[in-house]
Amino acid sequence: MSIERDLTQLAGELPDGISEGVALGTGLADGFDLYPSPVGEVVVTFNVEGVSSLDLATDGYLERFAERHGRNLLRAEPPAQWGKHITEAMEAGSPGKLPVDLRSKTPFQARVLRIAASIPRGEVRPYGWLAREAERPGAARAVGSTMARNPIPLIIPCHRVVRSDGHLGEYSLGGPHNKWELLTHEGVEPARLVELADHHVRVQADPSTGVYCLPTCHVIRGSGEWNVADFTSTAAARSAGFRPCEVCRPG
Amino acid sequence: MDELTAALADDLDRAFPVLVETAGPGLYWGLRRLCGDHQEAEDLTQETFIRAYRGLDGFDRERFDNLRLSPWLWTIALNLGRNHLRNRSRRPTFVEMSDHGISDPEPADSAAWDARLSALSAPQKRAVVLRHVVGLGITEIAEATGRPEGTVKADIHRGLERLRRMMENES
Repeated sequence: MSIERDLTQLAGELPDGISEGVALGTGLADGFDLYPSPVGEVVVTFNVEGVSSLDLATDGYLERFAERHGRNLLRAEPPAQWGKHITEAMEAGSPGKLPVDLRSKTPFQARVLRIAASIPRGEVRPYGWLAREAERPGAARAVGSTMARNPIPLIIPCHRVVRSDGHLGEYSLGGPHNKWELLTHEGVEPARLVELADHHVRVQADPSTGVYCLPTCHVIRGSGEWNVADFTSTAAARSAGFRPCEVCRPG
Repeated sequence: MDELTAALADDLDRAFPVLVETAGPGLYWGLRRLCGDHQEAEDLTQETFIRAYRGLDGFDRERFDNLRLSPWLWTIALNLGRNHLRNRSRRPTFVEMSDHGISDPEPADSAAWDARLSALSAPQKRAVVLRHVVGLGITEIAEATGRPEGTVKADIHRGLERLRRMMENES
Protein backbone atom coordinates (compact mmCIF):
# COMPACT_ATOMS: atom_id res chain seq x y z
CA MET A 1 0.00 0.00 0.00
CA SER A 2 1.41 3.36 -0.93
CA ILE A 3 1.02 6.39 1.27
CA GLU A 4 -0.30 8.35 -1.71
CA ARG A 5 -3.12 5.86 -2.21
CA ASP A 6 -4.00 5.85 1.51
CA LEU A 7 -4.21 9.64 1.43
CA THR A 8 -6.57 9.57 -1.57
CA GLN A 9 -8.94 7.47 0.50
CA LEU A 10 -9.17 10.13 3.19
CA ALA A 11 -11.70 11.97 1.01
CA GLY A 12 -15.25 10.89 0.31
CA GLU A 13 -18.71 12.15 -0.49
CA LEU A 14 -19.94 15.61 0.43
CA PRO A 15 -21.76 15.27 3.79
CA ASP A 16 -25.50 15.97 3.81
CA GLY A 17 -26.57 19.52 4.48
CA ILE A 18 -23.60 21.39 3.00
CA SER A 19 -25.06 22.05 -0.45
CA GLU A 20 -28.32 23.10 1.24
CA GLY A 21 -26.36 25.47 3.51
CA VAL A 22 -24.69 26.96 0.44
CA ALA A 23 -28.03 27.36 -1.34
CA LEU A 24 -29.40 29.24 1.70
CA GLY A 25 -26.27 31.34 2.16
CA THR A 26 -26.08 32.41 -1.48
CA GLY A 27 -29.81 33.11 -1.70
CA LEU A 28 -30.34 30.44 -4.37
CA ALA A 29 -32.91 28.96 -1.98
CA ASP A 30 -34.97 30.46 0.85
CA GLY A 31 -35.43 28.82 4.23
CA PHE A 32 -38.84 28.15 5.74
CA ASP A 33 -40.28 27.36 9.13
CA LEU A 34 -43.80 26.95 10.53
CA TYR A 35 -45.42 29.27 13.07
CA PRO A 36 -48.79 29.44 14.82
CA SER A 37 -50.98 32.46 14.03
CA PRO A 38 -54.53 33.68 14.80
CA VAL A 39 -55.63 32.28 11.42
CA GLY A 40 -53.95 28.89 11.82
CA GLU A 41 -50.48 27.53 11.11
CA VAL A 42 -48.46 29.62 8.65
CA VAL A 43 -45.23 29.03 6.76
CA VAL A 44 -42.73 31.88 6.94
CA THR A 45 -39.88 32.01 4.40
CA PHE A 46 -36.66 33.94 4.80
CA ASN A 47 -33.25 34.60 3.28
CA VAL A 48 -30.20 36.76 3.99
CA GLU A 49 -32.22 39.91 3.14
CA GLY A 50 -35.07 39.20 5.53
CA VAL A 51 -38.49 37.57 5.61
CA SER A 52 -39.62 36.96 2.04
CA SER A 53 -43.12 35.52 2.36
CA LEU A 54 -45.85 34.24 4.63
CA ASP A 55 -48.57 31.82 3.57
CA LEU A 56 -51.08 29.48 5.15
CA ALA A 57 -49.39 26.13 5.79
CA THR A 58 -51.82 24.30 3.51
CA ASP A 59 -50.97 21.70 0.87
CA GLY A 60 -48.75 22.89 -1.92
CA TYR A 61 -47.15 25.91 -0.26
CA LEU A 62 -43.66 24.75 -1.29
CA GLU A 63 -44.77 24.56 -4.90
CA ARG A 64 -46.63 27.88 -4.68
CA PHE A 65 -43.47 29.58 -3.40
CA ALA A 66 -41.25 28.08 -6.12
CA GLU A 67 -43.74 29.20 -8.75
CA ARG A 68 -44.04 32.76 -7.42
CA HIS A 69 -40.41 33.40 -6.54
CA GLY A 70 -38.41 31.09 -8.82
CA ARG A 71 -36.47 29.72 -5.86
CA ASN A 72 -36.76 26.55 -3.83
CA LEU A 73 -37.51 26.29 -0.14
CA LEU A 74 -35.47 24.37 2.41
CA ARG A 75 -36.48 23.67 5.99
CA ALA A 76 -34.27 25.99 8.04
CA GLU A 77 -33.85 28.11 11.10
CA PRO A 78 -34.03 31.85 10.42
CA PRO A 79 -30.81 33.88 10.79
CA ALA A 80 -29.96 34.12 14.49
CA GLN A 81 -29.50 37.88 14.17
CA TRP A 82 -33.22 38.61 13.66
CA GLY A 83 -35.07 35.26 13.74
CA LYS A 84 -36.50 35.96 17.19
CA HIS A 85 -38.37 38.99 15.83
CA ILE A 86 -40.59 36.87 13.53
CA THR A 87 -43.03 35.89 16.27
CA GLU A 88 -43.05 39.44 17.66
CA ALA A 89 -43.74 40.88 14.22
CA MET A 90 -46.61 38.47 13.61
CA GLU A 91 -48.16 39.27 16.96
CA ALA A 92 -47.73 43.04 16.50
CA GLY A 93 -48.83 42.98 12.87
CA SER A 94 -45.82 45.10 11.98
CA PRO A 95 -42.25 44.27 10.91
CA GLY A 96 -40.66 46.32 13.71
CA LYS A 97 -37.01 45.17 13.83
CA LEU A 98 -37.65 42.39 11.34
CA PRO A 99 -36.05 42.99 7.90
CA VAL A 100 -38.38 42.22 4.99
CA ASP A 101 -37.32 41.19 1.50
CA LEU A 102 -39.41 43.12 -1.03
CA ARG A 103 -36.98 42.72 -3.96
CA SER A 104 -39.64 41.01 -6.06
CA LYS A 105 -41.78 44.17 -5.93
CA THR A 106 -41.59 47.36 -8.01
CA PRO A 107 -40.38 50.46 -6.12
CA PHE A 108 -43.98 51.75 -6.00
CA GLN A 109 -45.32 48.44 -4.65
CA ALA A 110 -42.55 48.25 -2.07
CA ARG A 111 -43.30 51.82 -0.98
CA VAL A 112 -47.01 51.06 -0.63
CA LEU A 113 -46.26 47.90 1.38
CA ARG A 114 -43.95 49.82 3.71
CA ILE A 115 -46.62 52.48 4.23
CA ALA A 116 -49.19 49.73 4.94
CA ALA A 117 -46.74 48.36 7.51
CA SER A 118 -46.99 51.68 9.37
CA ILE A 119 -50.77 51.48 9.96
CA PRO A 120 -51.20 51.19 13.74
CA ARG A 121 -52.61 48.02 15.28
CA GLY A 122 -56.34 48.31 15.84
CA GLU A 123 -56.86 50.83 13.02
CA VAL A 124 -57.74 50.57 9.35
CA ARG A 125 -57.05 52.76 6.30
CA PRO A 126 -58.77 52.86 2.91
CA TYR A 127 -56.93 52.08 -0.36
CA GLY A 128 -57.24 55.74 -1.36
CA TRP A 129 -55.41 56.78 1.81
CA LEU A 130 -52.45 54.51 0.92
CA ALA A 131 -52.39 55.88 -2.64
CA ARG A 132 -52.30 59.42 -1.26
CA GLU A 133 -49.57 58.61 1.27
CA ALA A 134 -47.54 57.03 -1.57
CA GLU A 135 -47.95 60.32 -3.48
CA ARG A 136 -49.97 58.65 -6.23
CA PRO A 137 -53.51 59.77 -5.25
CA GLY A 138 -55.05 58.29 -8.41
CA ALA A 139 -53.53 54.86 -7.89
CA ALA A 140 -56.09 53.31 -5.50
CA ARG A 141 -56.57 50.34 -7.86
CA ALA A 142 -52.81 49.68 -8.06
CA VAL A 143 -52.76 49.86 -4.28
CA GLY A 144 -55.57 47.29 -4.16
CA SER A 145 -53.71 44.83 -6.35
CA THR A 146 -50.49 45.44 -4.39
CA MET A 147 -52.36 44.49 -1.21
CA ALA A 148 -53.85 41.43 -2.92
CA ARG A 149 -50.28 40.31 -3.74
CA ASN A 150 -48.72 41.28 -0.42
CA PRO A 151 -46.04 38.59 -0.03
CA ILE A 152 -45.92 38.91 3.78
CA PRO A 153 -49.48 39.26 5.14
CA LEU A 154 -49.90 39.44 8.96
CA ILE A 155 -46.43 41.03 9.24
CA ILE A 156 -47.18 43.66 6.61
CA PRO A 157 -50.74 44.21 7.87
CA CYS A 158 -52.77 44.43 4.65
CA HIS A 159 -55.71 43.26 6.78
CA ARG A 160 -55.77 46.89 8.01
CA VAL A 161 -56.42 48.18 4.50
CA VAL A 162 -60.09 48.42 3.55
CA ARG A 163 -62.12 49.51 0.53
CA SER A 164 -62.47 53.23 -0.02
CA ASP A 165 -66.21 52.99 0.77
CA GLY A 166 -65.30 51.64 4.20
CA HIS A 167 -66.28 48.01 3.60
CA LEU A 168 -63.66 45.44 4.59
CA GLY A 169 -63.01 44.10 1.09
CA GLU A 170 -61.04 41.04 0.06
CA TYR A 171 -58.22 39.34 1.92
CA SER A 172 -55.49 37.24 0.32
CA LEU A 173 -54.63 35.05 3.32
CA GLY A 174 -57.46 32.55 3.24
CA GLY A 175 -60.33 34.96 2.46
CA PRO A 176 -62.31 37.86 3.98
CA HIS A 177 -63.36 35.89 7.10
CA ASN A 178 -59.70 35.91 8.18
CA LYS A 179 -59.58 39.70 7.77
CA TRP A 180 -62.61 39.93 10.09
CA GLU A 181 -60.93 37.52 12.51
CA LEU A 182 -57.61 39.44 12.57
CA LEU A 183 -59.26 42.84 13.02
CA THR A 184 -61.38 41.46 15.86
CA HIS A 185 -58.20 39.95 17.37
CA GLU A 186 -56.64 43.41 17.54
CA GLY A 187 -59.68 45.17 18.96
CA VAL A 188 -61.33 46.64 15.87
CA GLU A 189 -65.05 45.93 15.73
CA PRO A 190 -65.57 44.92 12.10
CA ALA A 191 -69.36 45.01 12.51
CA ARG A 192 -69.13 48.69 13.48
CA LEU A 193 -67.01 49.43 10.39
CA VAL A 194 -69.57 47.73 8.16
CA GLU A 195 -72.36 49.72 9.78
CA LEU A 196 -70.51 53.01 9.21
CA ALA A 197 -69.81 51.98 5.61
CA ASP A 198 -73.50 51.15 5.11
CA HIS A 199 -74.33 54.67 6.28
CA HIS A 200 -71.64 56.09 3.94
CA VAL A 201 -69.72 57.54 6.87
CA ARG A 202 -66.14 58.25 5.76
CA VAL A 203 -64.87 60.51 8.52
CA GLN A 204 -65.90 61.48 12.03
CA ALA A 205 -65.28 64.81 13.73
CA ASP A 206 -65.00 65.92 17.34
CA PRO A 207 -66.67 69.36 17.89
CA SER A 208 -64.61 69.92 21.05
CA THR A 209 -61.29 69.74 19.16
CA GLY A 210 -62.44 70.81 15.69
CA VAL A 211 -60.63 67.83 14.17
CA TYR A 212 -61.99 65.15 11.83
CA CYS A 213 -60.51 61.64 11.57
CA LEU A 214 -60.86 58.30 9.86
CA PRO A 215 -63.30 56.30 12.06
CA THR A 216 -60.69 53.95 13.58
CA CYS A 217 -58.08 56.63 14.34
CA HIS A 218 -57.18 56.48 18.04
CA VAL A 219 -57.58 60.29 18.24
CA ILE A 220 -61.33 60.19 17.47
CA ARG A 221 -61.79 56.89 19.31
CA GLY A 222 -60.65 58.75 22.43
CA SER A 223 -63.52 61.22 22.02
CA GLY A 224 -66.33 58.82 22.90
CA GLU A 225 -68.97 57.66 20.46
CA TRP A 226 -71.71 60.16 21.49
CA ASN A 227 -69.53 63.22 21.00
CA VAL A 228 -68.64 62.72 17.35
CA ALA A 229 -70.26 64.01 14.19
CA ASP A 230 -70.42 61.72 11.14
CA PHE A 231 -69.60 62.97 7.64
CA THR A 232 -69.98 61.25 4.29
CA SER A 233 -66.93 63.03 2.82
CA THR A 234 -63.87 64.96 3.88
CA ALA A 235 -65.23 67.95 1.92
CA ALA A 236 -68.37 67.93 4.04
CA ALA A 237 -66.32 67.84 7.24
CA ARG A 238 -64.14 70.71 6.04
CA SER A 239 -67.10 72.87 5.02
CA ALA A 240 -68.57 72.29 8.48
CA GLY A 241 -65.43 73.97 9.80
CA PHE A 242 -63.38 70.94 10.82
CA ARG A 243 -59.69 70.40 10.01
CA PRO A 244 -58.01 67.07 9.18
CA CYS A 245 -56.33 65.09 11.94
CA GLU A 246 -52.54 65.19 11.74
CA VAL A 247 -52.24 61.63 13.01
CA CYS A 248 -54.47 59.70 10.58
CA ARG A 249 -54.25 62.28 7.76
CA PRO A 250 -57.77 61.56 6.41
CA GLY A 251 -57.21 63.78 3.35
CA MET B 1 -12.34 28.06 -20.34
CA ASP B 2 -13.58 24.65 -19.20
CA GLU B 3 -17.19 23.61 -19.53
CA LEU B 4 -18.21 24.41 -15.95
CA THR B 5 -16.55 27.85 -15.95
CA ALA B 6 -18.33 28.62 -19.22
CA ALA B 7 -21.64 27.51 -17.69
CA LEU B 8 -21.02 29.72 -14.64
CA ALA B 9 -20.23 32.69 -16.88
CA ASP B 10 -23.37 32.01 -18.88
CA ASP B 11 -25.91 31.47 -16.07
CA LEU B 12 -24.42 31.63 -12.58
CA ASP B 13 -27.57 30.68 -10.64
CA ARG B 14 -28.17 27.65 -12.82
CA ALA B 15 -24.59 26.37 -12.89
CA PHE B 16 -23.58 27.14 -9.31
CA PRO B 17 -25.18 24.02 -7.76
CA VAL B 18 -23.10 21.97 -10.25
CA LEU B 19 -19.94 23.67 -8.96
CA VAL B 20 -20.93 22.78 -5.37
CA GLU B 21 -21.57 19.19 -6.41
CA THR B 22 -18.26 18.77 -8.26
CA ALA B 23 -15.87 20.88 -6.15
CA GLY B 24 -17.65 20.33 -2.81
CA PRO B 25 -16.31 16.88 -1.83
CA GLY B 26 -12.64 17.86 -2.46
CA LEU B 27 -13.08 21.15 -0.67
CA TYR B 28 -14.82 19.63 2.35
CA TRP B 29 -12.44 16.68 2.75
CA GLY B 30 -9.34 18.79 2.19
CA LEU B 31 -10.55 21.24 4.85
CA ARG B 32 -11.57 18.38 7.09
CA ARG B 33 -8.00 17.03 7.01
CA LEU B 34 -6.53 20.48 7.48
CA CYS B 35 -8.69 21.54 10.44
CA GLY B 36 -9.54 18.08 11.82
CA ASP B 37 -13.16 18.89 12.68
CA HIS B 38 -16.43 18.13 10.88
CA GLN B 39 -18.34 21.22 12.01
CA GLU B 40 -15.51 23.60 11.19
CA ALA B 41 -14.88 21.98 7.80
CA GLU B 42 -18.60 22.21 7.04
CA ASP B 43 -18.73 25.90 7.97
CA LEU B 44 -15.59 26.67 5.99
CA THR B 45 -16.88 24.80 2.94
CA GLN B 46 -20.19 26.65 3.00
CA GLU B 47 -18.57 30.02 3.58
CA THR B 48 -16.07 29.40 0.76
CA PHE B 49 -18.89 28.69 -1.70
CA ILE B 50 -20.93 31.66 -0.50
CA ARG B 51 -17.95 34.01 -1.01
CA ALA B 52 -17.26 32.35 -4.34
CA TYR B 53 -20.86 32.94 -5.45
CA ARG B 54 -20.67 36.62 -4.54
CA GLY B 55 -17.31 36.91 -6.28
CA LEU B 56 -18.49 35.21 -9.46
CA ASP B 57 -21.62 37.37 -9.47
CA GLY B 58 -19.39 40.40 -10.09
CA PHE B 59 -17.03 38.80 -12.65
CA ASP B 60 -16.87 40.14 -16.18
CA ARG B 61 -16.06 37.97 -19.19
CA GLU B 62 -12.34 38.62 -18.93
CA ARG B 63 -12.16 37.45 -15.31
CA PHE B 64 -14.06 34.29 -16.24
CA ASP B 65 -11.58 33.75 -19.10
CA ASN B 66 -8.66 33.84 -16.68
CA LEU B 67 -10.38 31.89 -13.92
CA ARG B 68 -9.03 28.56 -12.76
CA LEU B 69 -11.77 27.29 -10.49
CA SER B 70 -10.00 24.87 -8.14
CA PRO B 71 -7.04 27.07 -7.16
CA TRP B 72 -9.35 30.09 -6.87
CA LEU B 73 -11.74 28.24 -4.52
CA TRP B 74 -8.79 27.06 -2.44
CA THR B 75 -7.39 30.58 -2.20
CA ILE B 76 -10.71 31.63 -0.67
CA ALA B 77 -10.85 28.57 1.61
CA LEU B 78 -7.30 28.95 2.90
CA ASN B 79 -7.84 32.65 3.57
CA LEU B 80 -11.04 31.90 5.49
CA GLY B 81 -9.24 29.22 7.48
CA ARG B 82 -6.82 31.87 8.68
CA ASN B 83 -9.60 34.16 9.92
CA HIS B 84 -12.58 33.53 12.10
CA LEU B 85 -15.98 33.04 10.57
CA ARG B 86 -18.23 36.00 11.12
CA ASN B 87 -21.31 35.89 8.97
CA ARG B 88 -23.12 32.84 10.25
CA SER B 89 -25.71 34.67 12.34
CA ARG B 90 -26.88 36.54 9.24
CA ARG B 91 -27.89 33.41 7.34
CA PRO B 92 -30.66 30.86 7.61
CA THR B 93 -29.29 27.50 8.75
CA PHE B 94 -30.47 24.30 7.13
CA VAL B 95 -32.47 21.91 9.32
CA GLU B 96 -31.93 18.23 8.51
CA MET B 97 -35.34 16.62 7.89
CA SER B 98 -34.13 12.99 8.03
CA ASP B 99 -33.66 11.31 11.40
CA HIS B 100 -30.08 10.09 11.11
CA GLY B 101 -28.73 13.41 12.36
CA ILE B 102 -25.45 14.87 11.15
CA SER B 103 -24.05 12.69 8.46
CA ASP B 104 -20.33 12.12 8.93
CA PRO B 105 -19.06 9.50 6.50
CA GLU B 106 -15.54 9.57 7.94
CA PRO B 107 -13.13 6.88 6.66
CA ALA B 108 -12.24 4.33 9.34
CA ASP B 109 -8.53 4.98 9.88
CA SER B 110 -8.70 8.74 9.48
CA ALA B 111 -7.92 9.50 13.15
CA ALA B 112 -4.52 7.83 12.78
CA TRP B 113 -3.89 9.79 9.58
CA ASP B 114 -4.94 13.07 11.18
CA ALA B 115 -2.45 12.40 13.98
CA ARG B 116 0.37 11.77 11.48
CA LEU B 117 -0.58 14.78 9.34
CA SER B 118 -0.62 17.04 12.38
CA ALA B 119 3.07 16.21 12.96
CA LEU B 120 3.98 17.89 9.64
CA SER B 121 4.81 21.57 9.34
CA ALA B 122 1.80 23.69 8.26
CA PRO B 123 3.04 24.23 4.66
CA GLN B 124 3.93 20.53 4.29
CA LYS B 125 0.58 19.39 5.61
CA ARG B 126 -1.26 21.83 3.33
CA ALA B 127 0.75 20.79 0.28
CA VAL B 128 0.36 17.04 0.97
CA VAL B 129 -3.39 17.32 1.63
CA LEU B 130 -4.03 19.48 -1.45
CA ARG B 131 -1.93 17.16 -3.64
CA HIS B 132 -3.02 13.73 -2.45
CA VAL B 133 -6.34 14.07 -0.57
CA VAL B 134 -7.87 16.76 -2.80
CA GLY B 135 -5.97 15.81 -5.95
CA LEU B 136 -4.78 19.26 -7.10
CA GLY B 137 -1.77 19.58 -9.44
CA ILE B 138 1.49 21.28 -8.41
CA THR B 139 0.68 24.43 -10.43
CA GLU B 140 -2.78 24.65 -8.86
CA ILE B 141 -1.37 24.29 -5.35
CA ALA B 142 1.24 26.95 -6.05
CA GLU B 143 -1.54 29.26 -7.25
CA ALA B 144 -3.83 28.51 -4.29
CA THR B 145 -1.14 28.91 -1.63
CA GLY B 146 0.84 31.69 -3.29
CA ARG B 147 4.08 29.71 -3.02
CA PRO B 148 6.54 28.87 -5.83
CA GLU B 149 6.09 25.50 -7.53
CA GLY B 150 9.56 24.35 -6.48
CA THR B 151 8.71 25.01 -2.83
CA VAL B 152 5.40 23.19 -3.15
CA LYS B 153 7.14 20.18 -4.68
CA ALA B 154 9.72 20.16 -1.89
CA ASP B 155 6.96 20.46 0.76
CA ILE B 156 5.10 17.49 -0.70
CA HIS B 157 8.28 15.44 -1.03
CA ARG B 158 9.45 16.13 2.52
CA GLY B 159 5.95 15.69 3.93
CA LEU B 160 5.55 12.26 2.33
CA GLU B 161 9.02 11.25 3.52
CA ARG B 162 8.11 12.20 7.04
CA LEU B 163 4.81 10.26 6.88
CA ARG B 164 6.66 7.21 5.54
CA ARG B 165 9.14 7.30 8.41
CA MET B 166 6.33 7.68 10.95
CA MET B 167 4.55 4.61 9.53
CA GLU B 168 7.75 2.58 9.60
CA ASN B 169 8.23 3.47 13.25
CA GLU B 170 4.62 2.52 14.02
CA SER B 171 5.03 -1.04 12.69
